[in-house]
Amino acid sequence: MTTPTLAVWKFASCDGCQLSLLDCEDELLEVAGRLRIARFLEATRQVLPGPYDVSLVEGSITTPDDAERIRKIREMSGTLVTIGACATAGGIQALRNHADVTEFASMIYPRPDYLSTLATSTPIAAHVDVDYELHGCPVDRRQLLEVIGALLAGRKPNIPAHSVCFECKQRHNVCVVVAHGTPCLGPVTRAGCGALCPAVGRGCYGCFGPAETPNTAAEAALLIGAGMSADDVHRAYRTFNSAAWEEAGS
Amino acid sequence: MPESAGLLDATELPRLFDALRERGYTVVGPTVRDGAIMLAELGSAAELPYGWGVVTGAGRYRLHRRSDTAAFANSAGPQSIKDILHPPRARLWSADRTADGVTTTGPDRPPRYAVIGARPCDLAAMAVLDRVLSAGAYPEPIYTARRDGVFVVAVDCTEPAATCFCTSMGGGPAATGGFDLAMTELADADGHRFVVRAGSPAGAEVLSALCVRAAGPRAESEARAAVAAAADAITRSMPDESLPDLLTGARESPHWADVADRCLTCGNCTMVCPTCFCTTTEDVADLTGEHAERWRRWDSCFDLDFSYVHGGSVRRSGESRYRQWMSHKLGNWQAQFGSSGCVGCGRCIAWCPAGIDITEEAAALSAWRRSERAQPCPP
Ligand code: SF4
Ligand code: SF4
Ligand code: SF4
Ligand code: SF4
Repeated sequence: MTTPTLAVWKFASCDGCQLSLLDCEDELLEVAGRLRIARFLEATRQVLPGPYDVSLVEGSITTPDDAERIRKIREMSGTLVTIGACATAGGIQALRNHADVTEFASMIYPRPDYLSTLATSTPIAAHVDVDYELHGCPVDRRQLLEVIGALLAGRKPNIPAHSVCFECKQRHNVCVVVAHGTPCLGPVTRAGCGALCPAVGRGCYGCFGPAETPNTAAEAALLIGAGMSADDVHRAYRTFNSAAWEEAGS
Repeated sequence: MPESAGLLDATELPRLFDALRERGYTVVGPTVRDGAIMLAELGSAAELPYGWGVVTGAGRYRLHRRSDTAAFANSAGPQSIKDILHPPRARLWSADRTADGVTTTGPDRPPRYAVIGARPCDLAAMAVLDRVLSAGAYPEPIYTARRDGVFVVAVDCTEPAATCFCTSMGGGPAATGGFDLAMTELADADGHRFVVRAGSPAGAEVLSALCVRAAGPRAESEARAAVAAAADAITRSMPDESLPDLLTGARESPHWADVADRCLTCGNCTMVCPTCFCTTTEDVADLTGEHAERWRRWDSCFDLDFSYVHGGSVRRSGESRYRQWMSHKLGNWQAQFGSSGCVGCGRCIAWCPAGIDITEEAAALSAWRRSERAQPCPP
């Protein structure tokens, strides 16, 4: 059996999700032993030619070039896994979708005419077929290893789509909403982080995007009841996964 | 088992802890953490929530300091004895590849737990779980092993919460069975002490290792009065009618849509419910593929995957999922296991982030049914 190959790709993003792979310190050598890392610029300059068995794709599509490049990557990839809020939901840069990107560009760049950019930031799945999506800003390293391990074993990865509250209760966190009156997006947010923020007494701020069937209207009413302004609630739903929350009706 | 009431001074609790540990038990009990009374392995009796009280409401729970040093004058926190006997995650088995095949081991042998401060609703829930998980031809191994080894020190409730309604579910604030030791806490001018009774030979044996005086009629009647006052203080209740009939008759009620508008399908109610037993399994393997494990974790009928069959999930709407939870708890549980699935602990009311109250929803369904019956002709 030949060793399967892994390629890591970057689009509009902060590199933090790829970094989660490097952050798998204890397991990284094992990953490198079971998969040939054929392309991972954050780790090595060496690039082996495709096709690749597994591609991890970080980042959103924001330029015409990107839109072209992701098609080629799809053609070269056996299994394509998108990683992180940018790749799965357009990321924080999708805030441009409701604004005028040329106006933004003129505020930042001395010569915006050099730029070639799209009016929107869109998830990878809006352009090509995606096999698995890993949510989060950044992704959870345990979930990343779970997907890699599952692909190697030829089984379906465990990537639950229920609320963060499931993980929160199973971890024996004290609910910050009920016991402290702290606003928390956990009830409408997709699990995967292990209820990290409530574990340290903070409300979830929704970085994994919407759970499978989020009741965003009921949650908004609760957040307002807990003292947030309607504007703040809107902003809470419009951070890392704005397009996904919007689709979920918030 | 005859119940002979003894009196145990609060200063004797460390001896109780020692006695349990000497008998091989891992002691678990309530302690304050992060603004709630949580269950944890306790190193000493000093970790008990002395002087803490609790105020609860729908979707609300707050600790406050009491004027006395009572450790159990508070209602149950989000966790129950289920968390100990039917834990959120458990390894069913693990497998290793060997030269000539595969070896498997498991499940792990659990420690023997002594649960201090189990509430009467915990005991009722344990009896329900016994019927669900341990009775019949195929006892569930993890629950059964933990249950077989457990030593229960129950505490009668003297300060029920506003969310409690055990009295309308056939229970009450007094522990009546299913314990090894049961205590009523008294903290007043006469001191901080416990009227204690044994419920099993193991309980009597532990008591014999402690300094227990005869309670005497005065302490006994004070203890009885405190528990009777607790029963009177409970104000919430379920509608006084056959709940299975109510749930069957209300299947098509428009009220389910009203609940679904508020329900977040977050699953908190089933996680905190001391009788919800549903689980799913997950296989994990290390990257080498040489070692694999099967884990079981709590699942919930609020999860879309819970009703997944080929082609999709059956219960897609929030309405259908809330209806499943309530119909199972209060209705079909009777036919399935011969009792109600609800013991009236009120945890699902307090720990629902949206403050959805199962007693109010039952009352609304009951009102809808009465109004339906009152209609002479279909509209
Ligand atoms: S703290 Fe947040 S995530 Fe945890 S149970 Fe409460 S609402 Fe859910
Ligand atoms: S349904 Fe609610 S009140 Fe009844 S036993 Fe479960 S958590 Fe307690
Ligand atoms: S109410 Fe739901 S989670 Fe609880 S036991 Fe029934 S089906 Fe399972
Ligand atoms: S009833 Fe409350 S706790 Fe239960 S799923 Fe709905 S919102 Fe969550």
